[in-house]
Amino acid sequence: MSALKEQEYSKSIDFGLWKDLFKYIKPYRNRIIALIVVMMGSGGIDVIFPLMNRYAIDNFIVTGRLDKLWVFAGIYAGLVALQAINVYFFIYFAGRIEMSLSYDIRKAGFKRLQELSFSYYDKTSVGWLMARMTSDVERLGATIAWSLVDLTWGGTAMVGGLIAMLYMNWKLALISLAVVPFLGVISIYFQKRILGSYRIVRRTNSRITGAFNEGIMGAKTTKTLVREEENLKEFKALTGEMHTSSVRAAVFSSIYFPIVIAMGSIGTALALWFGGRGVLLQTIGFGTLSAFISYVTQFFGPINELARIIAEFQNAQASAERVMAMINTEPDIVDRPEVIEKYGTEFEPRHDNWEEIKGDITFKDVSFSYKEGEEVLENFSLDVKRGESIALVGETGSGKSTIVNLLCRFYEPVEGLILIDGVDYRERSQLWLQSNIGYVLQSPHLFSGTIRDNIRYGRLDATDEEVIEAAKLVNAHDFIMKMEDGYDSEVGEGGSMLSTGEKQLISFARAILADPRILVLDEATSSIDTETEQMIQYAINKLLEGRTSFIIAHRLSTIRSADRILVIKDGQMIEEGNHRELMKQGGYYYRLYTNQFREEQELSILKV
Amino acid sequence: MEDKNWGYLWKVSKGNRMLYVGAIISMALTAVLSLLPPLVISITVDSIIGDEPFTASPIVVSMIHRLGGKSVLAQNLWICGLALVILNIFIGLFNFTRGKWSAQAAEGIARNIRNNLYDHLQRLPYDEHVKAETGDLIQRCTSDVETTRRFLAMQLVEMGRAIVLLAASLYFMLSLSVKMTFVSIAVIPIIFLFSFIFFSKIKKAFKEADEAEGRLSTVLQENLTGIRVVRAFGRQAYEARKFDEKNTEYTNLWYRLNTIMALYWSSSDLLAMGQIGAVLVLGVYWAALGEITLGTLMAFMSYEWMLLWPVRQLGRILSDMGRTQVSLGRIKEILEKPLEDMNEDGLTPPMDGDIEFRNVYFEYEQGKPVLKDVSFKVKGGQTVAILGSTGSGKSSLVHLLQGLYDYNKGSVTIGGVELRDIDKRYLRRQVGIVLQEPFLFSKTIKENIALAKLDASDKEIYKAASIAAVHDVIKEFERGYDTTVGERGVTLSGGQKQRVAMARTLILDSSILIFDDSLSAVDTETDNAIRQALSEHSKGVTTFIISHRITTISQADIILVMEDGRIVQSGTHEELLSQEGMYRRIWSIQNALEEELEKNLALS
Repeated sequence: MSALKEQEYSKSIDFGLWKDLFKYIKPYRNRIIALIVVMMGSGGIDVIFPLMNRYAIDNFIVTGRLDKLWVFAGIYAGLVALQAINVYFFIYFAGRIEMSLSYDIRKAGFKRLQELSFSYYDKTSVGWLMARMTSDVERLGATIAWSLVDLTWGGTAMVGGLIAMLYMNWKLALISLAVVPFLGVISIYFQKRILGSYRIVRRTNSRITGAFNEGIMGAKTTKTLVREEENLKEFKALTGEMHTSSVRAAVFSSIYFPIVIAMGSIGTALALWFGGRGVLLQTIGFGTLSAFISYVTQFFGPINELARIIAEFQNAQASAERVMAMINTEPDIVDRPEVIEKYGTEFEPRHDNWEEIKGDITFKDVSFSYKEGEEVLENFSLDVKRGESIALVGETGSGKSTIVNLLCRFYEPVEGLILIDGVDYRERSQLWLQSNIGYVLQSPHLFSGTIRDNIRYGRLDATDEEVIEAAKLVNAHDFIMKMEDGYDSEVGEGGSMLSTGEKQLISFARAILADPRILVLDEATSSIDTETEQMIQYAINKLLEGRTSFIIAHRLSTIRSADRILVIKDGQMIEEGNHRELMKQGGYYYRLYTNQFREEQELSILKV
Repeated sequence: MEDKNWGYLWKVSKGNRMLYVGAIISMALTAVLSLLPPLVISITVDSIIGDEPFTASPIVVSMIHRLGGKSVLAQNLWICGLALVILNIFIGLFNFTRGKWSAQAAEGIARNIRNNLYDHLQRLPYDEHVKAETGDLIQRCTSDVETTRRFLAMQLVEMGRAIVLLAASLYFMLSLSVKMTFVSIAVIPIIFLFSFIFFSKIKKAFKEADEAEGRLSTVLQENLTGIRVVRAFGRQAYEARKFDEKNTEYTNLWYRLNTIMALYWSSSDLLAMGQIGAVLVLGVYWAALGEITLGTLMAFMSYEWMLLWPVRQLGRILSDMGRTQVSLGRIKEILEKPLEDMNEDGLTPPMDGDIEFRNVYFEYEQGKPVLKDVSFKVKGGQTVAILGSTGSGKSSLVHLLQGLYDYNKGSVTIGGVELRDIDKRYLRRQVGIVLQEPFLFSKTIKENIALAKLDASDKEIYKAASIAAVHDVIKEFERGYDTTVGERGVTLSGGQKQRVAMARTLILDSSILIFDDSLSAVDTETDNAIRQALSEHSKGVTTFIISHRITTISQADIILVMEDGRIVQSGTHEELLSQEGMYRRIWSIQNALEEELEKNLALS
């Protein structure tokens, strides 16, 4: 599974990856150049300030002549204003670049997610994908934009400071900066360790969240089993771990900064010592000494920043790897170029070229396996005439869902053909087929928004009247009107404001509005109250009218009324026929039916 | 209210207070010491390299004289450099102890809060958990604790540092030059107020951006979980448009926020650098006139740099403190909920005796009784089956037996001892219950079965699993009993979960067993097998079974039929068959089944 391979950082620089990323960066070339110019300006001014101090000391204080001080003040004020403008623009540009990059990558990622096949979704959890699309993309955008800021600023400040110092007195410069290489090495070492230790903290923290979640969700179980103390002990071990790792991370940073301060002060001390001697020997001026002390102190900030960037870079690269891997995944099921030529893509369909669908379906010697060597379906053949309704019956894992998935072309047969209206469905686009198939799930999925939006999902250009009509057809109108805002009532995230039965009715209305020729229905097993069940049964019958339909059936009434019943076991069709015929056979279907009949009867008596 | 929230923090900080004191002392020492290096530089420049008389405090001057005075030091400037380094090493040292101790204290307190919360949540009455809003509780236990921790770990110390730094540098500055001090702090109140007001105001913009982000991830999440619906309706292009809309909205809000931030930092920098410029120009002016020394000017420049950042931070932290207080309040709300009374000094009688309900009334909400005048008697070791529709009170009845709820009127006795007088912990250990919708922990299957009996041997575990007819299923998993359950492992079906939960209760060898419709997702044949194994294993165990399967129920010693909180029929299978009522109606289906089937056949 892709989630297991996940790494949070990567060691070596992957140039191919960054080249790949470059195409996202390219549109912002101008902004990036502007940002670099602004940052160099900002770093440059930071270099100039100590020179200003030096000038002031040497030319005003030492000489005592103040006639040009106000000019000096004016220039200083100008520099301050310029620097403030620089600050404004670098935040502005960096923020823009960060957000635009994230926006673009998210957009590309989402588009790719719409194209990827179900085999990808089977292997990849929604949580994993969410993390790629949110935190990874954000980190990537932020690192690229802001490390550019720090890099340019730090680079300019260091190079500028170095030049200024070398220019003023190269010997003193070399002496004062003697500690810099050591500091650089130490900084990189520590920054990596600090980052690594905070990574552990974050991981432990998410385990604590998990433990709270379990503690709360499982509280009833805990209570009935009297396991409070054991749970608390386990939880305490976890918070203890958190304590240890957080303190360790904090200690790392608390060691690091003092070391930087102390080592930095050696530089200052050297400047004071040798610079001071220079002043006494009158080889350098007071102003130069003061400027040197400023430069040396200012030198250590950028070193910090650069070390941090190097450490963060590894994280960003790991994020980039995961995001790019997702965007670069090729869908397993793709339309052929000539098909796209005629039918268009998912995003730009050419409806004019689409043939009308009639609804004849043929499975021809279809074999299928999700994993190589584990056949789920073997040499399956089936002919369905338009308008016919087929009930699929069998245990979980028997292959019922596979048949339906193949029909919808969520997967393609490994061997054999599936023909729609006599034509191999691979010769038409996925969108063509899927737009003509209605697929109603046992656990109905609604999107946040109003009820009206959700029904209209079936046909985006439907009028309000059509929406209401569809709702009336499946008996959903009444309960919708009873709600405070009627069709404009919000359904909540995932439809959480509605009951399961209500969600089901809405999903039926949605499917009816789409008016597909072929309908696939995965019937719910969950028990709902009798009244709702009757309503749903009625709605299902409405839904099936005049369409070719495949039903993964659980309710006896649905099964009974199907034109044909297929009993599936271990990927094979073991019995086939209508209810009457199969009952007469007295085989698997007969047993299944009588067992379930008994349970349904018992339940229905209990429910009164 | 306000003070009480901080009061809780004070209470929970117990055991970590000394660490905090240490951290605060270190912090103060750091702050004060970090004012000294500029002094060293200024004295060196002024009086050792330059010709100014010593203006520093007498202690420093005497120290300089002891070291050999100006001339020796001027010849050996390395001593001044060394002093600088030594000072910085001390600063570093105290910086380190401050960092370490404050982290230890903050993390220690956070740990206490987390443990308190977890412990408290577990020991709330059953009822609270039935009504609990999981999402909200978790939010409080995680982000609110995190807000508090962050406050303790960083903001509190940072705040202290800013104040000490301000006070100490004010003292040093005043001792150097009064008028320079006034120049140096002229803009500081403005900078402070500016950042305080700014960060208070910008919260709304941040909240908006956060909400937009929430909407963006909702669209993403719903798309990913509903990918089948999206494909089934061919809505890829529509979804891409919808996502783009939210993506743009979010991005635009951040653009705006970013522009505001750019404005804030640039104007705040303008103020700060302007302040430094003012110190420089006026300082140069006075230095040139001889009113202050060059060293003083240099010291002031250093102090200015040191002060500006903490002052800006202080404004930000103060504007953030309200949030910490709200978080503390939310945490406290959980901790103030009353705990379940475990009746720890209660009786621990043998539990294999007769069980008697006498005129028991029970209500969750006042005025809405769910059990009305329930009376029945069971001999120790008998099996009781309860039949009834949803909401008839059958679950409530068995929940009373585990002490999960307390009855309002009447009496329940086990072996003659009133249920209410029994130690609840003991009671629950002796009464095993399997819930209809069991919760498995994300541990291995083995750990899940041995959940309440940590020292269970493998043999015991296998046996319990075998009785629950789940042993063979587990064996078929790739990692067998070591398979992890839940999100990070395999997903079990509803029936498998129920059977694992059953095994986990069976391993306890309780004196009373309750099955609260706990095999509803198991097929009829397996159900039969389980009951067979159970009746052999649990001889002498008083058993309560809630089920909707009539065959299961018919074998019980006593059958209770419940309707609307009352027992409407009770007796053995034979007795109930001879009466008119629900039981007979259901049972007759069994016999009429063949007939019905025939009729159905004829119809279709």
